[in-house]
Amino acid sequence: MLGKLDWSAIPFDQPIPLIAGAVVLFGILAVLIWVVVKGHLPYLWHEWITSVDHKRIGVMYILLASVMLLRGGSDAIMMRIQQAVAYQSQGYLPPEHYNQIFSAHGTIMIFFVAMPFVIGLMNLIVPLQLGVRDVAFPTLNSVGFWLTATGALLVNLSLVIGEFARTGWLAFPPLSELSYSPGVGVDYYAWSLQISGVGTLVAGINLVTTVLKLRTKGMNYLRMPMFCWTTLASNLLIVAAFPILTATLAMLLLDRYLGFHFFTNEAGGNVMMFMNLIWAWGHPEVYILVLPAFGIFSEVVSTFSGKALFGYRSMVLATMAICIISFMVWLHHFFTMGAGPDVNAIFGIASMIIAIPTGVKIYNWLFTMYGGRIRFETPMLWSIGFMVTFIIGGLTGVLVAVPPADFMLHNSMFLVAHFHNVIIGGVLFGAFAGFEYWFPKAFGFRLDDRWGKLAFWFTFLGFYVTFVPLYVAGMLGMTRRMQHYDVAAWRPWMFVAAAGMAVLTIGVICQIVQIVVSIRNRDALRDRTGDLWDGRSLEWATSSPPPVFNFAFNPDVRGEDAYWDIKSRAQQQSLEHEVPEYHDIEMPRNSPTGFVCAFFATIMGFALIWHIWWMVILGGIGAFATFVVFAWRDHDEYVIPADEVAAIDRVNIEERRSLVSMAGTV
Amino acid sequence: MNLLDPQGPVAAANSTILVDSVFIMLAIVVPTIIAILGFAFWFRASNPRAHFQPDFVYSGRVEMVVWAIPALTVILLGGVAWIGSHQLDPAAPVPGTGSPVRIQAVSLDWKWLFIYPDQRIATVNTLTVPAGAELNFQLTSSSVMNTFFIPQLGSMIYTMNGMVTKLNLRADSEGKLQGLSAHFSGDGFPDMMFDVDVISPLAFPDWVAATAKSDAVLNEESYKKLMQQGIEKGRPTYRLDDPRLFDLIASQHIPPGPGPELISDAGRPHSGGHDAR
Repeated sequence: MLGKLDWSAIPFDQPIPLIAGAVVLFGILAVLIWVVVKGHLPYLWHEWITSVDHKRIGVMYILLASVMLLRGGSDAIMMRIQQAVAYQSQGYLPPEHYNQIFSAHGTIMIFFVAMPFVIGLMNLIVPLQLGVRDVAFPTLNSVGFWLTATGALLVNLSLVIGEFARTGWLAFPPLSELSYSPGVGVDYYAWSLQISGVGTLVAGINLVTTVLKLRTKGMNYLRMPMFCWTTLASNLLIVAAFPILTATLAMLLLDRYLGFHFFTNEAGGNVMMFMNLIWAWGHPEVYILVLPAFGIFSEVVSTFSGKALFGYRSMVLATMAICIISFMVWLHHFFTMGAGPDVNAIFGIASMIIAIPTGVKIYNWLFTMYGGRIRFETPMLWSIGFMVTFIIGGLTGVLVAVPPADFMLHNSMFLVAHFHNVIIGGVLFGAFAGFEYWFPKAFGFRLDDRWGKLAFWFTFLGFYVTFVPLYVAGMLGMTRRMQHYDVAAWRPWMFVAAAGMAVLTIGVICQIVQIVVSIRNRDALRDRTGDLWDGRSLEWATSSPPPVFNFAFNPDVRGEDAYWDIKSRAQQQSLEHEVPEYHDIEMPRNSPTGFVCAFFATIMGFALIWHIWWMVILGGIGAFATFVVFAWRDHDEYVIPADEVAAIDRVNIEERRSLVSMAGTV
Repeated sequence: MNLLDPQGPVAAANSTILVDSVFIMLAIVVPTIIAILGFAFWFRASNPRAHFQPDFVYSGRVEMVVWAIPALTVILLGGVAWIGSHQLDPAAPVPGTGSPVRIQAVSLDWKWLFIYPDQRIATVNTLTVPAGAELNFQLTSSSVMNTFFIPQLGSMIYTMNGMVTKLNLRADSEGKLQGLSAHFSGDGFPDMMFDVDVISPLAFPDWVAATAKSDAVLNEESYKKLMQQGIEKGRPTYRLDDPRLFDLIASQHIPPGPGPELISDAGRPHSGGHDAR
């Protein structure tokens, strides 16, 4: 009846996951009870859960990423403590637990923190920057988000029911095959990623279509803000790369469920094929994450320098070059497989070539600052912190792209330090910069400055104190994923890294405090102008938070930095006409499709993991039926009458008038 | 295990390339970081002496320079990578004094088996080699992937079941080194560190002779026992019964090692984990 599931799946003998699970469960229950008792449930359902508004979905993505960041961060803290204490001892985490933690840490941080964070920011901002009212496929957008949430839920379920993969975040076979990982851990891993992968793919398709097909009047490609360009590049990569991941994991699942031999040791299976396939997705994935971050920095550096982005066309070229070359370098993840000198050298050099457009970007940001009037607001601090940190990560990255150097550094703590250097220093700093920069746009009040800057300094410092010791440990021969070790020389560095983790944790706490303090003081921090930072692109041309239809009139774009242009000439369309003529606006209706579909997908995923076949069929039919019902819909739009548009927009105009005339004098 | 304290020519060349590459890049990176901090500081909004140039958004000359700097660096480093990849290919010969020693390494769950086919001996978790001689490694795995790595001798390489990888190394001075597996392979992975005893070429035949007197014999049966999942705390040595044992393993005539045994139907197998403790 319940497949492989029985009471032994609950880890009663392991207090850590059980207590953690109980606390989380209690937290969720408490929130749910509060929501129901206070009567917020209809609000949540109508305004958020079934919302197809790109801004709301973007916010939910970021919320998911933030919660998962805490989970992944807890894993990181546990790992750093384990490696600090596990010298000539077993530490406090047995291997089967430690191995789950580092696997979950990698999986969560990439798929359920970095991905939803950048996709959330793209969702929130790109339609506004393009001057349009929504994304191309609003309901599909909601489906994408909820499927991502399903994946995150399944991963966290593994904490208390069964186990997570103990194979590392890419689950290399043959270790991940049934013979060496007979538990449900790898199944949790693979099904979570399959389901959330579908979500990511539809998000990618949606955003590519949005950028290609939905731009406001006059917004041709070479007038798009840099963030839109990097969004385009990143989502093209999603569309091209995620099917590879899906296919690869499908093959692994066929091996595990139906006795196929794609990657097994026996019967002609080939593990090297898995390595090639997973990295053919995995390397573009790195750029899927970092390209939007580059876009964010471009916006932030230009805004806070009071200048247009230096070398805009060069930046576009660099972005698209990275987009293409990123597909040609995957083999650098396994130079040590013995492929031969020609292959290694060619992929090494191809990997270095990516450093050229990336270097160009750094210099262009540098020259954007040159001759500017730089305001050191929190997003700008993250950006400068990024530039310094990312260059160091780039240096170590190019270093491991040199095959003979990689022969010493592959899989070492040096490598661990390198990719944290680019992912924390690049993606996470970018996400935080974007968060600080666009939070006022999304919610209408700014974030507390003092706590934001504290968060930056602690995170920045904590990053170096944590990861420089890992570079050193790597130079001392330490490899990654060691549950314990006997080498005395590594130990002091593990202590320092653990101390750095404490500093990083303070940074995260500051960030949480910042949000709490800002919400409490939101009236004092309110921004009524809609253009808090003296911005340059169209998201600042509407109120904060923007009305559901974003713009009462589709903006008319006449050059790069569209809003700056409008401000400088002080001829915003709606200001010229004293009584503009408003029209009805059609907006997509809310739809529970995404939520219901994800509900059934969760059931199906859970049932697949535990081999509960009747439940698989139930979940599958449910998810399919949801789509059929959606496809049969008669009305998918509703009309906001012109009067209502006018009422909303007039308030907006009143509040902004003074600002626009002021900017005209610059 | 310091990578910058190489004990053989391969490691020395690897670390030279490593250090050189870092310095080539530092020559670009340090000025850039200084420029970032310097520009950010000088052009702060509160500095009245900084000249505000809002229209400085394009300059052909600057563009050319910013594309050229990373491009030239990469051309230089690309040369290093190309030449280095060929000279330091793991399979490239590393000439040494005396006759080369053939060593066949097999990664097991979770220990290393070193077979000396010419000497008809085998050791577990300890590798004894003569200083100065070329070491010809052939490597495979009994089950999952691992990576064979002796940091102070250089160049790591994967071990994979059903496949043979090749690696040539040389140890130049006598002493004790350490090796490890650099690819996660399961619960006992951290216990896959092994000792490397580099002894004088004169002492090596004596060591071989002493080891050959071992009571334990390595053949298909004892190998199958050895490849069961578990950790080997001791340093057993064997007399090698069949010098073709490695080929039998690599060609899968001996089937791959078994994984953990399932004791319950639930998704939580316990056997592997307990072994590792």
